[in-house]
Amino acid sequence: MQERVPLPTSPPRQRRRWSYNRFQQRAAPYLFTSPFFILFLIFGLFPLGFSLFLAFHLWNPLDGLGNWEYVGWDNFKLALGAPDQFWVSLKITVWIGLLSGVPQHLVALPLAFVINQALRRWQSGISTILFLPYITNAVAITIVFGMLFSENLGLLNYGLSLVGLGPVRWLALPELVPVSVATVVFWRYVGWNVILYLSGLQAISEDVYEAATVDGANNVQKFFYITLPLLRPMMFYAFTLTIVGNMQLFEEPFILLGQAGGSGGAALTSAMHIFNVAFRDLDMGYGSAMAWLLFLAIFILSMINNYLFSRGGGRS
Amino acid sequence: MTTQPLETTVSPPRPPRRSPRFTLSRAGLWIFVGLACFLSLVPFYLMFVWASLPSSQIFTVPPHLWFGDALTSNFQKMMAATDNHALRQFWNSLYIAILSTVTTLFFCSLAGFAFAMYEFKGKRYLFGFILITMLIPPLVMDIPSFLVMNNFLHWIGTPRTLWVPGMANAFGIFLMRQYIFSALPKSLIEAARLDGATEFGIYTRVVLPLIRPILATLGIVTFVGSWNNFKGALIMRLSEDSTMTLPLSLRKITGGATNINADWGATLMMVVLTVLPLLIIFLLASRQVISGLTSGAVKD
Repeated sequence: MQERVPLPTSPPRQRRRWSYNRFQQRAAPYLFTSPFFILFLIFGLFPLGFSLFLAFHLWNPLDGLGNWEYVGWDNFKLALGAPDQFWVSLKITVWIGLLSGVPQHLVALPLAFVINQALRRWQSGISTILFLPYITNAVAITIVFGMLFSENLGLLNYGLSLVGLGPVRWLALPELVPVSVATVVFWRYVGWNVILYLSGLQAISEDVYEAATVDGANNVQKFFYITLPLLRPMMFYAFTLTIVGNMQLFEEPFILLGQAGGSGGAALTSAMHIFNVAFRDLDMGYGSAMAWLLFLAIFILSMINNYLFSRGGGRS
Repeated sequence: MTTQPLETTVSPPRPPRRSPRFTLSRAGLWIFVGLACFLSLVPFYLMFVWASLPSSQIFTVPPHLWFGDALTSNFQKMMAATDNHALRQFWNSLYIAILSTVTTLFFCSLAGFAFAMYEFKGKRYLFGFILITMLIPPLVMDIPSFLVMNNFLHWIGTPRTLWVPGMANAFGIFLMRQYIFSALPKSLIEAARLDGATEFGIYTRVVLPLIRPILATLGIVTFVGSWNNFKGALIMRLSEDSTMTLPLSLRKITGGATNINADWGATLMMVVLTVLPLLIIFLLASRQVISGLTSGAVKD
């Protein structure tokens, strides 16, 4: 150990002389990490506190700072009271989330399994293709989907007409609108989940599968008795991302159906509703209160997810 | 450094691959995976085809599914539809994305380096705090960040609103720390220190060159994230024709995805303009991005 070698010391002094070298060594980690904390203070912590403060006030930002009126829990009561638009939007959000989220994982998991088991050699090419939707621009791709869904001239209805089915009003029927939005979301995120599951699968040792092969297990058995249990941590992670992402869904319904969420607001998600209240109506207090409620909803759903996974999630 | 014996017999012979005989189940797998890839690519194919068709041929029955020759006229229509601001808007998006990427890479790698290679008082708490901030859903920040920009800083309508707040973010710091921690030996840092390098000198001359792979990953992720940031630009009112970013402009010239009267040739041209940079960047480095993104996913 080189640094333990006693160095010839100068005659002892009362105080060590201040040395730039020592100072910069001590201070470096603090200096290097400080940008985050400074930025977070200005653009994170202070705004968070301010938004919590606003949730109990009535305020239009055009009135200037200080001109707010304390209203207590009224904003929260308004959002949670009799079937308010916030409740409706929350239901819509969860419904679209389920419609897109559940099939995402039902498709991604077997897809990753198949690629990992049988098509290893093509894996990097296939995952690149499947990952493409994830990195595309939501606005651009939603416009393309909007054209596919078009009632009279869209490709989707053209395809249906070839097999003798009438035009479907994908973007007009209140029951179908969530399905259309969910389709776009599904398309964008399936590949991302495949990639997550693939990397999870690669962490599973090949030996386990070989042992199972020796014992005569077929692919289906391997999937249910080896892959699924060992993939649980990754599934938990992927589910969490899906929940957190889907609950904040904004761009796809906003572009596909417009700011109001289509006729009757059939695709008005909570994020869009909050956006409208805060930035169109400039009711910042009510918007803030709803944003916190949505945060709470995301938190609760994540906890439920966590609970299901920590309890054995269906398999012992 | 200990010298290692030549590794000649280390790797065991690969188990013989079963010859990929054609079986029914194998064909089924290919159909399943092939269909998934096909569906992933179709919208991309269509946007390129449509961008090359004159507006009158984009929506027809039966549909045109092969390239046309209207690329240049669609480009001109796009310029006209945006009052000649389309390229300016492309530049706005690019400028914000580049600034955002460069600053994020710098600040996140610097902080990641500190958390991976230094011992200092409060390190665990500071790092824990950074991780906790990752739990805040971006949505909760929308309103308060607008208010900070609007009522305190008066930055509304400027590109700063989009790249300054994210310069040092929790995800980036975490990713960098994980990589530096596992890829760089501490002895390297100490050696540089003995040679008389300053701490910042160690960062620029030792650390930065060695973490290029993860810089590429975070760089691309940041670039793509910034390029695609529609809601942020909407909230921060980059709404003048000359200050708009591309996604915002795209929404404006479409006037809603269901607007049948929109100029689809122009719109599709801009769709391509918005998506093409992403495709190019990603195809150049897809492997790096995919492996880098998932490497830190669950290993803990």
